[in-house]
Amino acid sequence: MAGTVQESPTEPDPGGPGGSVVTTDDGGSTGRVGDRVFAGLSVGSAVLIVIVLAGVAIFLLEQGLPALGNSGESAYGKDNIWAYVGPLLFGTLLAALIAMIIATPLAIGVALVISHYAPRRIATAFGWLIDLLAAIPSVVYGLWGINFLALNLVPVYNWMGDNLGWLPFFEGPVPNSGRTMMTGGIVLAVMALPIITAICREIFAQTPKMHQEAALALGATRWEMIRMTVFPYARSGMFSAVLLGLGRALGETMAIALVLPPSVLVSLNLITAEGASSTIAANIANNFGNASGSKVDTLIFSGLVLFVITFAVNFLGRAIAARGQVKG
Amino acid sequence: MTDLTTTPSTSDALPLQAPSLPRYGTIFAIVFAIAVGALVSMVIGAGSVAALVIAWLALVVALPLWSLAVEGGRKAVDRVATLLIWSTFGLAMIPLVSLIYTVVSKGSGILSGQFFNNSMRNVLGEGGGIYHAIFGTLIVTALAAAISVPIGILTAIYLVEYGKGKKLARVITFLVDVMTGIPSIVAGLFAYALFVLIFGPGVRLGIGGSVALSVLMIPIVVRSSEEMLKLVPDELREASYALGVPKWRTIVKVVVPTAIAGIVTGVTLAIARVAGETAPLLIIAGFTTDTNLNPFSDRMTTLPVYIFQSIASPPGLYRQEYEDYAWGAALTLVTIVMLLNVLARVIGAVFAPKSGR
Amino acid sequence: MAKSIDVSDLNIYYGDFLAVEGVNMTIRARSVTAFIGPSGCGKSTFLRSLNRMHEVIPGARVEGKVMVDGQSLYDPGVDPVSVRRQIGMVFQRPNPFPTMSIYDNVLAGKRLNAKRLGKKASDELVEKSLRGANLWTEVKDRLNKPGMGLSGGQQQRLCIARAIAVEPQVLLMDEPCSALDPISTSAIEDLIHELKSDYTIVIVTHNMQQAARVSDETGFFNLKATGEPGHLVEFNPTKKMFSNPDEESTEAYISGRFG
Repeated sequence: MAGTVQESPTEPDPGGPGGSVVTTDDGGSTGRVGDRVFAGLSVGSAVLIVIVLAGVAIFLLEQGLPALGNSGESAYGKDNIWAYVGPLLFGTLLAALIAMIIATPLAIGVALVISHYAPRRIATAFGWLIDLLAAIPSVVYGLWGINFLALNLVPVYNWMGDNLGWLPFFEGPVPNSGRTMMTGGIVLAVMALPIITAICREIFAQTPKMHQEAALALGATRWEMIRMTVFPYARSGMFSAVLLGLGRALGETMAIALVLPPSVLVSLNLITAEGASSTIAANIANNFGNASGSKVDTLIFSGLVLFVITFAVNFLGRAIAARGQVKG
Repeated sequence: MTDLTTTPSTSDALPLQAPSLPRYGTIFAIVFAIAVGALVSMVIGAGSVAALVIAWLALVVALPLWSLAVEGGRKAVDRVATLLIWSTFGLAMIPLVSLIYTVVSKGSGILSGQFFNNSMRNVLGEGGGIYHAIFGTLIVTALAAAISVPIGILTAIYLVEYGKGKKLARVITFLVDVMTGIPSIVAGLFAYALFVLIFGPGVRLGIGGSVALSVLMIPIVVRSSEEMLKLVPDELREASYALGVPKWRTIVKVVVPTAIAGIVTGVTLAIARVAGETAPLLIIAGFTTDTNLNPFSDRMTTLPVYIFQSIASPPGLYRQEYEDYAWGAALTLVTIVMLLNVLARVIGAVFAPKSGR
Repeated sequence: MAKSIDVSDLNIYYGDFLAVEGVNMTIRARSVTAFIGPSGCGKSTFLRSLNRMHEVIPGARVEGKVMVDGQSLYDPGVDPVSVRRQIGMVFQRPNPFPTMSIYDNVLAGKRLNAKRLGKKASDELVEKSLRGANLWTEVKDRLNKPGMGLSGGQQQRLCIARAIAVEPQVLLMDEPCSALDPISTSAIEDLIHELKSDYTIVIVTHNMQQAARVSDETGFFNLKATGEPGHLVEFNPTKKMFSNPDEESTEAYISGRFG
């Protein structure tokens, strides 16, 4: 009711003169003031997003690039900025790599449970549970990581150190806290899992029924049917899902900041405390509060490096997903 | 096996009868595996976790071998696949269950009226609370929503209603997708760099946190709103145009109301997502023990930052108290986020059927 | 090698919903049997119950008996995967596997069963199956091209080749021509004629002329009433069915006076 009352006074004003001017215009759009304002607002918001994204890049460049010449004190005691950022970058990539190695097969399996294995009603509930995993704040993951996961992994690490110690990854010594690169990677895997699962299960469920039935009618078992029809159909989608999960793992901050002891080192030893190089994001979180002057620039520069990498990974992931859509 | 010989069929009988494991074969194998696990762990004196691992290994080895002997290779492979796939789900549930259990069991002890009504001002050991952090979270998140929701929804409207097929729209869709992948700490750095330009170095403001969160929130709102607007059938728009209603009124009065339930669901999920963000706020909103209700001046603590600081840099003497605070705050935060998620789903479930078609 | 099928008192359920009720019939070996009837009367459901494909839908189950060559399809010891290998199926819409070449599509089913197929054996099987589906001359120069590149009718014949490469006893066809143009349709119909010397063929069709052209025997399915389950109204030799049916409702349906 209130709506119609409001309508009547506004209608005649722009409608009368404005409408007659624009009748020559094509299609549904008109030159009404309201339309112009509204269209302007919505285009403006859209353009604002482009500006924001450009702003992220520009501000990071502006604040970060001056740090390229930093050395000594302003590069946290390193000879040059790369000696500082390099190990952090290595730590970032290593943690994300561990996370992906663990999360990818798990996520694909979970997605298959939801799309093909579980009865439909249960599958919906399962999907919801996995979504809960995505909803938990990262700082809580960090809290759980040090106080539960790390401690419980210590015996596993000890076993690895004793039996697989000849591999450089598992040399040890194992810290009693369990706060190691491996723990960080596992926490990241848990966080990336729901993202990969969500995309995979969507694509798995979209596999055309007729191809699945064709496989079954040829006498395929369920697993053979999945290998013959679901995986080929979903290949590019799975790949982009993994890339998007990787983007999340690369940029994740708090869980790593809490789990990994801060250090700047290159080491492949996954189950020791000294060898665990921190990640870029975690390092910023740990040091930004106390940083001042050119150290801030150094940290922002490391953030720029992280931004470039995650941007590239996400860009690639989305591009592959988009190409897959056109093909499918 | 005996079935085949007793059937009164000729020599070229159809091989329909494939030998298979008994109907309760899987359950039998599971019971067997658990028994093996219990037995072995008892003998070597390992704990219950080890017993479970051994039982699982026994199952993964025994059931396929049994199947291989009776049913042949293809069925055995199928059983291995089924076992492993279900195992991934079980494995994925371990962190969820243990995390929720840990947070509830460690966090519920400290929850009290005092915990919710006190800040950490002048508190060293006991007696502190999260009053300031709760308000910080509410204010920063509300402001972030106030920035993101209009921009996000308007952008979605542009993409669906105005930009169809235009180059700008395609570029923006792509950028929004890429934006969803911006690391949260980078969003924080962005906000910091932006506010440094205005206020000079070392700036810490609540509103800065809101700006940083907006960078993370806008793409989520755009994506979900866009999906919902696309679901509105074109006939509705055409019907409205046919009545001589201008486009912008059609959008405001017909299109958006039709999709509103889905949009609200998406916005709620986005709020839940950013309410738990830590990293950007650590950088731009800073940390304080005091209650600050003005986002435009001085530092502002939110729940996630509070948790992080309580664990990362507690005063040496009171490590235990601060850990308790952190768990209490974590339980509060998880509860808030879960409630928002449930709320979003309820909104979606209750209102969607009416507008979905 | 083709086998006959005996169906007795077959009820098909989806959960609590009874979709098809009380079907009795004998499908002769080396003949073409057609099922006709209005949409939603359960003829496709019934067809799919003949190789247990309806079990793909959760909650589907049957009561009664389907005997192939003296063995019941629904005995506890029977493996649905083996059943489908013996009783092949061609679907309404051509569905070659999109990521596979023509060659690989034909071999898809065979590769599941055989341990290792030699190059020569594979080539022979592909040629034999494609010849069997009247497709060999059209595709022999582009066997490594994707199966999706063929025309609709060729794709459907590729699917038939894929089905017969497994050497089944029975071929079930679920409206195999409904997505095809008239020329492709007539190619498939010719093929059905040729295939019946080796296989027992059961075909569901919406097109009564097609049933009259290709089949030896015809079954007419209908709903007892709106909301009631489908049932078999009449099952007779096709000639009799189209000239002098036993049931009045068959006559009405065939002559287009169907309400």
